[in-house]
Amino acid sequence: MADYHWPPAEKRSLIGKPISRIDGPWKSSGRAKYSYDVNLPGMLHAKMLFSPHAHAKIVSIDTSEAERAPGVKAVHVMTEAGNEARWAGQEIVALAAETEDQARDALRKIVVNYEVLPHLVSDVEPSKAGQNVGKTNETTDGQADQAFAQAEVTHEGEYGASVINHCCLESHGQVSVWDGDHLTVYASTQNIAGVAGEIARALKIEQGNIEVITPVMGGGFGSKFGADSWGVACAQLAKKAGRPVKLMLERDQELMSAGSRPSLYARVRVGGKKDGTLVAWSSESWGTSGPNPGGGTPNLPYVIRIPNRRVRHTPVLTNTGPARAWRAPTHPQLCVITMGALDDLAAKMRMDPVDLLLKNIELTGPLAKTYTEELHKAAELMDWQKKWHPRGDKSADHIKHGLGVSIHTWGGGGHPSQCRCTISPDGSVEVSLATQDLGTGTRTVVGIVAAETLGLPLAGVKVNIGDTKYPPDSGSGGSTTVGGVSASTRRAATNALNQLLEKVASSLGAQADELEAWHGQIRVSKNPAKAISWKQACAKLGATPISAMGERGQRDDLISSGVGGAQMAEVSVDTETGVVQMKKLVAVQDCGLVIDLKTATSQVYGACIMGITYSLFEHKVFDEQTGRNLNADMEFYKLAGIGDIGEIVVHMMTGGEYDKRGVIGLGEPPVISAGAAISNAVANAIGVRVSPIPLTADKVLAALERGGAA
Amino acid sequence: MQAFEYAHPASVKEALGLLGSSWEDAQVIAGGTDLISLMKDNVAAPKRVINIKGIPELNGIRSGAEGMTIGALVTYDELIENASVKREFPGLVQAVDDIASTQIRNMGTVGGGLCQRPRCWYFRNGFGLLATDKNGKSLVPNGENQYHAILGNDGPAYYVHPSSLAPALIALDAKVRLMGPNGPREMRVGEFFQIPKSASEREIVLQPNEIVKDILIPASSRGFQSASYEVRQKLTFDWPLATAAVAVKMNAGKVSDARIVLGHVAPVPWPAPEAAKGLIGRPLNETNAAAAGIAALAGAKPLSKNGYKIKLAQVAVKRALLRVGGGPSEKGAE
Repeated sequence: MADYHWPPAEKRSLIGKPISRIDGPWKSSGRAKYSYDVNLPGMLHAKMLFSPHAHAKIVSIDTSEAERAPGVKAVHVMTEAGNEARWAGQEIVALAAETEDQARDALRKIVVNYEVLPHLVSDVEPSKAGQNVGKTNETTDGQADQAFAQAEVTHEGEYGASVINHCCLESHGQVSVWDGDHLTVYASTQNIAGVAGEIARALKIEQGNIEVITPVMGGGFGSKFGADSWGVACAQLAKKAGRPVKLMLERDQELMSAGSRPSLYARVRVGGKKDGTLVAWSSESWGTSGPNPGGGTPNLPYVIRIPNRRVRHTPVLTNTGPARAWRAPTHPQLCVITMGALDDLAAKMRMDPVDLLLKNIELTGPLAKTYTEELHKAAELMDWQKKWHPRGDKSADHIKHGLGVSIHTWGGGGHPSQCRCTISPDGSVEVSLATQDLGTGTRTVVGIVAAETLGLPLAGVKVNIGDTKYPPDSGSGGSTTVGGVSASTRRAATNALNQLLEKVASSLGAQADELEAWHGQIRVSKNPAKAISWKQACAKLGATPISAMGERGQRDDLISSGVGGAQMAEVSVDTETGVVQMKKLVAVQDCGLVIDLKTATSQVYGACIMGITYSLFEHKVFDEQTGRNLNADMEFYKLAGIGDIGEIVVHMMTGGEYDKRGVIGLGEPPVISAGAAISNAVANAIGVRVSPIPLTADKVLAALERGGAA
Repeated sequence: MQAFEYAHPASVKEALGLLGSSWEDAQVIAGGTDLISLMKDNVAAPKRVINIKGIPELNGIRSGAEGMTIGALVTYDELIENASVKREFPGLVQAVDDIASTQIRNMGTVGGGLCQRPRCWYFRNGFGLLATDKNGKSLVPNGENQYHAILGNDGPAYYVHPSSLAPALIALDAKVRLMGPNGPREMRVGEFFQIPKSASEREIVLQPNEIVKDILIPASSRGFQSASYEVRQKLTFDWPLATAAVAVKMNAGKVSDARIVLGHVAPVPWPAPEAAKGLIGRPLNETNAAAAGIAALAGAKPLSKNGYKIKLAQVAVKRALLRVGGGPSEKGAE
């Protein structure tokens, strides 16, 4: 009988190989239908009116003229009069009309009276935030004061990361269509099950009456877990109008309301011995998650657990779009603060920052060996020994070069997942599960695991995902999808295979547990000449297909959690203009057993580009006078173009001990270190710290004026 | 976007007959790279949109004894791919080569480049060209002015003019020729722009009943060597933070005549004649070019968040001058 354990390296035909995603041609030819592409007969188009005020009481809403406007079929008030709008961009009314233009025209006929209230939109430090501050929390370990008194070198500095957006290529939204009491939602979501549940609760209908369909989606990054107010409104408009309704956010709404990453700023003090041993940390931090306080005290310092610490944090409440989980929530912010402070301390000690990290690597805990190997690998790929210089490029040229380093971690693990594997008498195989492909390659990974298990080529397996009608899976968050689906798929396919082996054992004159599936055959393991083809084997099933379930186990040994990564950045800085350019970013990443080396590597490339972008360009700009988000567009909300990213080198840690840990998620970790590595590279180049990220020309020039090596 | 009437005239005469007496009556569309987004954002809502792309007489680049004539409908891409332009006016090519993206350069026209509206985010968010609150007070001096003017910013206008083409044309002493109900009129490109004194004025002197016909770069500018340099945050698809266009006449290794025009630093393209004069009689070297940059920004007054732009504009002048005559085509950090 086949067992569940991952096959050893020499028995892997597909797992760990670089395999192109199976839906690549489907996507690149335009045949893949995203929510935006769904156009049903009789479908209406919905648009939303949003608050122009950052903080206001809604006194009255008059939709009567809009209801009579040409083409309008349904109007739904999303925030009733008497309630407050808490950010500019909060949705007030949705309406559906025959065409998008009619819907937009009708929105202008809605009259909303607001009583404007005081607002705060800037994430200023708590002392300047008036009433808009949350409770200060403090966490301590050891004896910070005593440790600082004994430290031989201390450094104080300010570090941080500004509020940024998710910038999903496909904006949030869905198409909703009713058939009697049954609702189908074509949602752009990373959580089809969650969307169904949320709409069911909001509309007080049975979840079983809702089908959510997401064959492909254009990016979520943590911002697409819920049905959202517009998901509920879309279903209600469709109900009222008795027609399918499409409601996708306009780009400005997407940027104002559909997700932002909280800011985090900190005044840090860090102390160590002259040999680099870290002994003490203290930090006072603040940041905003929008109108609601964010979760808890930031766990500073990041990765390197300095034994004595005192960490204070105060949330600042602002009238800005509420924060959503952003790819590795809080880690990039914690990383840029911690690794920036350690880099500055290393400079003060005249140490190579890689040496400082290695000196303290045991403080990282169980991943110490992983980090050590990764730092050495990254240094090799960056040619760190040759290129690195002490802080401040001393060359006469106005273009300064610098290197920076950072390490990061993430959990991963696997979320609850069930999979059904069906083997038909004609030899065809289907695996079905209600997961979704966030763009990471989930469909391909499921196919690889099933095909490898059954000894088939990837094309021999049909993968059904992205529909709540399949066996239940979970939301794609926390880099838990690959763990969940690979465990459930492996178990389902193994269970199905074992049923097949039982059926064909007698025809091979062997017991089922002497058989294996290998390269399109069922054969006797110890006598490979005794074999029948997969098709012949399946033909013995008669009329009835095999259907077997598999479920991710409670403490599933096919998967685990906890990864480490190291990144090194090389930049050049034009000290006359303050413009930073990426030369090279090296990303070395572990994620346990890699299922598909190509999509895994691709994940890391994408994360690096996203990391470069938030390090150098992205910043949500708010105007305190008007309360408005001034750059809710793709013009002044800046993203890197192809010319801005430099060379990216990705190396996945695989084989040996890495593979033995089983499958671990990857989506989030490689996006964490870029802010720190790039910030540190800039400091190394110009001799002075620039903060917070993004490292724009104005900040670089201001830092140089304060005293750099220019 | 408000509903509008669409017209597609075949001649300038026909187009002029379709224009109105106010910008609300009618507006001209050529490449559409700006007007469409203004209309989508409800910043512009003309009752009639007049597509002039079907008017043959507005097309083409012609070189003659008088100079070089560039039709209003010539796209940025046509301009920078034109052999005569490349040979005679490299500064123009350098200025346009970096504008936005390939897609925009394929659509955007020379006439539209002069008539495009400022990118000020208060303006684009519906606070008017002068970016005022409901009491008429400007939001810019105490607001998010990191991309705003450092020169010509005594108010009430604080935006920067967005054209990268205009400074290069002004450095070449180009003229713009307009057609209106009373016939043609022409002016120096520099005189085409104005700093509005009230909300009823625009950033250009073109009247709602006029269109841009063409640009003339006079033959006299052929004796100048031209260059441009822009500083921007991103290498791809970004607005400049500051630009400089220069045209220099050399005699025996020394400057005998010079023009310097800054872009993206003031509500109009900003000539710096004193800085240019300071170069006369001197060789074009790092020291003199840097001095010209500092002189060009002598009158700059930073707002609360845009002081850094002074340095960027100084550097842009210096690097544009050093680029003259095929000097280093440095684009910043390499």
